[in-house]
Formats: sequence, structure tokens, C-alpha cells
Amino acid sequence: MRFVDEYRSEEDARKFIQAIEKLVTRPWTVMEICGGQTHTLVKSGIDRMLPESITLVHGPGCPVCVTPLELIDKAVAIARRPDVIFTSFGDMLRVPGSRSDLLSVKAAGGDVRMVYSPLDAVALALKHPERQVVFFAVGFETTAPGNAMAVWQAAKMGLSNFSILCSHVLVPPAMEAILGSPDNQVQSFLAAGHVCTVMGYREYEPITEKYRAPIIVTGFEPLDLLQGIFMAAAALEEGRWGVENQYVRSVSRDGNVPAQRQVAQIFEVSDRQWRGVGMIPKSGYRLRQEYASFDAEHRFGVEAVTAIESPLCIAGQILQGLKKPHQCSAFGSVCTPEHPLGAPMVSSEGACAAYYNYARAM
Amino acid sequence: MCLGVPGKVLEISANSLGMAMGKVSFGGVAKEICLAYVPEAQIGEYVIVHAGFAISTLNEQEAQEVFDLLVQMDALDELRTE
Repeated sequence: MRFVDEYRSEEDARKFIQAIEKLVTRPWTVMEICGGQTHTLVKSGIDRMLPESITLVHGPGCPVCVTPLELIDKAVAIARRPDVIFTSFGDMLRVPGSRSDLLSVKAAGGDVRMVYSPLDAVALALKHPERQVVFFAVGFETTAPGNAMAVWQAAKMGLSNFSILCSHVLVPPAMEAILGSPDNQVQSFLAAGHVCTVMGYREYEPITEKYRAPIIVTGFEPLDLLQGIFMAAAALEEGRWGVENQYVRSVSRDGNVPAQRQVAQIFEVSDRQWRGVGMIPKSGYRLRQEYASFDAEHRFGVEAVTAIESPLCIAGQILQGLKKPHQCSAFGSVCTPEHPLGAPMVSSEGACAAYYNYARAM
Repeated sequence: MCLGVPGKVLEISANSLGMAMGKVSFGGVAKEICLAYVPEAQIGEYVIVHAGFAISTLNEQEAQEVFDLLVQMDALDELRTE
């Protein structure tokens, strides 16, 4: 078992497709929360192989996409400073801010570096005591344990030249915002397997009860997704709801307890702006008061930066599952992965980029 | 960014702060990974790694469940056609 190739068998995929075809008697709308899942669905062509009565809508689970524009502008302002080494995961570098992006700052001589892990940023701070090292700490519950560990290590080592620009977001409040919207069409969710690996799935139990929408914790390989869709369709057909776990090889109900403890030590829940969606109460993390000295916004005085969105981009509606990427007038014409107007066209986890790269509805 | 990748634990060690680190192989490419969140992981086991951090140890037995379901569906089909 190598835990990868086994879950990509075409023959097994066809069996699931047939099972789903046999099962469904009515139209159903299912949302996959995570952009990584969107990418697999479109790349493997699962979205085209499913019976027409299953509509997949793509959710807001793309950290690059929901990071507020203001924050990109703040990142750009900090990265321009000559005393700063600005570090980030690669996919944030090309996200357009109001006027510039991090890659352009780098091209103009700024010290912007891509790192694989937040611990790499801590190592840079240790190596360059004369410079300020800032890490762009974005993401869902999956990146929070790593970012928390980076802050904890920096505190332990007494590093005064390390800080994070933080925009952490959480899945359950976003799910509730979607289900509670008067325009909602989503009847069932595929919850993100790696978010649940960290957090477990107890938080989803009150949501499935309140909205009577089945929630299936689902993995990322084609067979995982097909089984998740099969389980969602079976629950919908039978009028059941509840949380079911497809991704048992990685997810337990309680999740990763040591990771949750570390996160709770460094971060606290706060209201968060979601790009294209707006403010969602208690939907993110900020640094706890004890670790506030690691907050780059405060350290570099960029709290007041505000931003202007492109009037053409409909990313907000796409992230809420109200529209598909090809329904945007800018899609593929003025907005492409080379010249993106909005974040969903930038990231490999963004729905617009997935549709563009795999030629959906062009 | 949220892409987690399974890899095989090759070595387990501790860094200067006493934190568990280890060498994890991804299809032959080895990387230094933080193992602090998977204290149960053993050499030779597979872990899901996310941005330099292992977040779970994969359960080989439970990894079979998806295939067990397929076998069950096949068996049901055969019953129906008989």
C-alpha cells in the first residue's frame, strides 16, 4: 500500500459511477468545500462522468482565494521594506493586490522568498538576525498547526526579528454561512479530509442536525471523492442526514489532539473578512494577546491599509457556489492564469484556474 | 496549499528544542518533516504531510475500506443478476 496509486484506478472509478447512476432518482446538489478536491474532480473528469442529476458546486475552501485583498496589499507594503525578508507559500506570490503583487515586489528588488514550511521562515530569522523575517500565515485549519509551531519556536528561541501576517480561516462557520443563505442550493457537503484530520468532525455534528444536510468527510484521490459522492447521494436519497467519514484512513472523530492544543495555545478564534464573501463572525484565528508581539500588521503599522476590488470579478459568487467560473464575463478573456483579476484564477486550488486549465465550458 | 501528501517515515530524530523531526520519503524524494503532531508514528509507517508537518499516521487496515465497499457492491450485483 502506497496510499496514492491505489485510489486512482479507472476500473474502480467506473464501478462507483455506475453505483451512483443506479442510486439516484432525483436531482441533487453537492458542494465540495476544498479547492484541492475541486482540482481533482475537474482534472480527473469526475465532474463530467457523473450522472446529470448530480450537480457539483465548488466551495470556498481555497485559502489563496478567500484571503482579503487588504491583506495582499499589506503584504506588498511590508515586503517592499528594505529591512524585510518576506516569506510565503508559493501560491500567494501571484495573487493580485489592488495595485501590485508579491512577485512584482520581488522583481523590483524586494526580498520575497517562497518557503515550503513556516519552520523554514523561522530558520531564516535565526540565520539573519539583522533582518526582519515575516511569514504570510494564511490557510484553513490544516496550516494552523504548522504556523502555531513556528510562532511557538520563535518565542522559545527569543527571536525578536520574526513575525507573521495572519489571515487564518475556519471551515464550519463558512459552511453555516452557505447553508443559512436565502440563495442556498447546497443539499450536502463533502467536508475537507485534511481539515478534519486536524480538527476531527465533532464541530460538524450540530450543523448537520440544524440544516438536515448530510456532511461526508472526504479524501482527495479520485476514488475517495467518488465514494464521498456515493455516500452523499445515498444519504440524500434515503432522507438521512448526519456526519459520515469516508476518509477513515486519516480522520478520527476527535482529530489530531496535539495539533489542536498547539493551535489553541497560540491562536484564538476571531471574526474574519473573506475575500468575495464578506465578514463571517468567529470564522478565523488571530494571535493570542501573549503572542501579539509576533503580529506583523502591528509591527509594521499597516493596520489601516484598505483596498479596491476589480468590478468585473465575480469571485464572491463563485466561492459561495452561486455561479460557475465560465458564467463570468471576464473568464478566459481579460482574466487568465497569466493575468488574473481575482484570486480563484491564480491558485491551483481555485475553481476558475481549474476550469481554465482543464477546458471546462470554453 | 492544503494539499496533504502521504510519505513514508525513514528516520526519527529530535531538534535542538527537543521537537520530533524526521526524514520522510515521497516516492523516493526525502524531506525533513516535523513529526511533533504524530507521536505515534513509527519508522516504515506512512504519514500525511502538509507544509512540512505530519498531521496523521495512515491506518493501513482502514485504507482498505474503499475497496471493501467495491467488493461488496460487486457481490450485490452478482446476487441481483442471478
